[in-house]
Amino acid sequence: MNLYKRILVSTVALTLATSLSVQANAENLKVVASFTIVADFAKNVGGEKIDIITLVGPNGDAHVYNPKPSDAVALSKANVILTNGLNFEGFLSKLVEASGTKAQIIKLTKGVEVLEAKEGHDQDHEENHSDVDQGDEHKDAEGHDHGENDPHAWQSVANAKMYVNNIAKAFCIADVSGCNVYEINASTYLKKLDKLEQFIKTSVSEIPQNKRTVITSHDAFGYFEHEYGIKFLAPEGISTETEASAADIAALIVQVKEDKASAIFVENISNARLIEQISKETGIEIGGSLYSDSLSDKNGPASSYIQMMRHNINTIKGAIIATKK
Amino acid sequence: MFLLYDLLVSPFVEFGFMRRALGGAILLSIGSCPIGVFLMLRRMSLTGDAMSHAILPGVAFGFLFFGLQILPMALGGMVAGIIVALVSGLVSRLTILKEDASLASLYLISLSIGVIIVSSHGSTIDLMHVLFGSVLALNNAALILIAEIVFITLVLLFIFWRGLVAECLDPLFFRSVSKLGGVIHLIFLILVVLNLVGGFLALGTLLSVGLMILPATSARFWSSRVEIIVAISVGIGICSCLSGLLLSYYASLATGPAIILSAGVIYVASIIFGPSGILFNSRFKLTQINNKLKRKIK
Repeated sequence: MNLYKRILVSTVALTLATSLSVQANAENLKVVASFTIVADFAKNVGGEKIDIITLVGPNGDAHVYNPKPSDAVALSKANVILTNGLNFEGFLSKLVEASGTKAQIIKLTKGVEVLEAKEGHDQDHEENHSDVDQGDEHKDAEGHDHGENDPHAWQSVANAKMYVNNIAKAFCIADVSGCNVYEINASTYLKKLDKLEQFIKTSVSEIPQNKRTVITSHDAFGYFEHEYGIKFLAPEGISTETEASAADIAALIVQVKEDKASAIFVENISNARLIEQISKETGIEIGGSLYSDSLSDKNGPASSYIQMMRHNINTIKGAIIATKK
Repeated sequence: MFLLYDLLVSPFVEFGFMRRALGGAILLSIGSCPIGVFLMLRRMSLTGDAMSHAILPGVAFGFLFFGLQILPMALGGMVAGIIVALVSGLVSRLTILKEDASLASLYLISLSIGVIIVSSHGSTIDLMHVLFGSVLALNNAALILIAEIVFITLVLLFIFWRGLVAECLDPLFFRSVSKLGGVIHLIFLILVVLNLVGGFLALGTLLSVGLMILPATSARFWSSRVEIIVAISVGIGICSCLSGLLLSYYASLATGPAIILSAGVIYVASIIFGPSGILFNSRFKLTQINNKLKRKIK
């Protein structure tokens, strides 16, 4: 009697357990990506086999993001959490702790050669000022600190490839059975990235050497500059919370007037007024809008990473060649 | 002499954005400083800070219906600010709550409504930062907006001057001799909101609140007559704008804070050297304190 009961219970338990584990296998890998660019990489590697949730959506700004409860829920249910690292997502570490998630948290910039943030436009003291002005409000944005490392590593395609490899590795650990698929997907995507890199390099080589300095609104293109040799100047260190000094703006205007900088651009995530002012004062039309920290929505010109990079280099090249007399 | 000219004037000759910044800031001083004096006399000096939060729901509404356009967001902000100001004025008139307490309560309610609207829309863009301008990026529209606000402010101040002064200094007396007390108070609150929201839009929060309050509190140390305090405060405002801009230009400091810091220096100087300040005020003189003590001992 007792024995029968035990056998019965254990078989029931066993079937339940197996059916559960089968379900888990059939289910997709649950991935949370901190922002749109990382999500795009993940989609390309994971394909149909993952469900992805992006925390900071299209055209969103990770520096001033306020997490919602649904974000914490997504984190707690996730298998893999993909982040940029280098303190880009300042809001994330507290959120991860609060959600109590057991997922593996992947910093995609692992292995990337990290650049120091640009100096020379007095970012440091501006940041300090805004710290004083904004008090606690500034804390969310503080993670996006340009005092030390520049987190915008994806602006170089070589780094993007590292991101993709890191994602494939992470997916293989989380879902061993799907590893094959991830690796195939990753290598297909890497080939596309190779082409993209080639495209950018050819485009830059078509821009005259002495015209390769442009102005944008915030310092997000350090890696692009380092990798492809286009120099970017910016009046604002980082977020819209910092304030430029009159000296910075005057210096930029002088640069343009002396024909050292040949085009100016706005960015999708930041306030365009300062750039408009510089444009008016120097008589150079704004060359278009660049995408730095976030992709556009589906209908925009930069709905994927590859499109974004192509859009940026085409915009830069177009504007410089248009102003060339 | 020539060197001085070079130092003080050449930045403004060379760069259009410096001229615009100076023009905008001076215009704002002319409108805001008198308002600041009345705020100070009414013990409402913290209103500006409260207002910068109170306007959020209006801004959010403007954003929901018209997207990221400055004008609807600004109008929404003004409407929200005026509602908060009116209701808090009414509450303080009709109930036992004082002006500061009712304003504090209402701006908190307003702020929470605003945050709910923004969050429910799921916007990740920080609306306030889109709305708030920078003194270095004044376009024509912003300059015209400030000019209009200054014009309205000066006209209304001119018309209602006597009433405002009386209402400020002795509201009970004023109410006993005139029925206009409530009306004048409301007009004043509307002026406060107009100047603040216009300032936020064109120049940013810190700068517009700072230019409203600091020159007024500094001027208080130099005179006890309202007209003279107002005149001195406008003068102090204009001086701070000029020195702040030059400071920002030469020392490469963030511009808004540099202007407010200049006003702050004048404030500290006024505390010490003003006729009602520490050095010259009889209240602080040692001999007097000694005399008082002696009298007490006797």
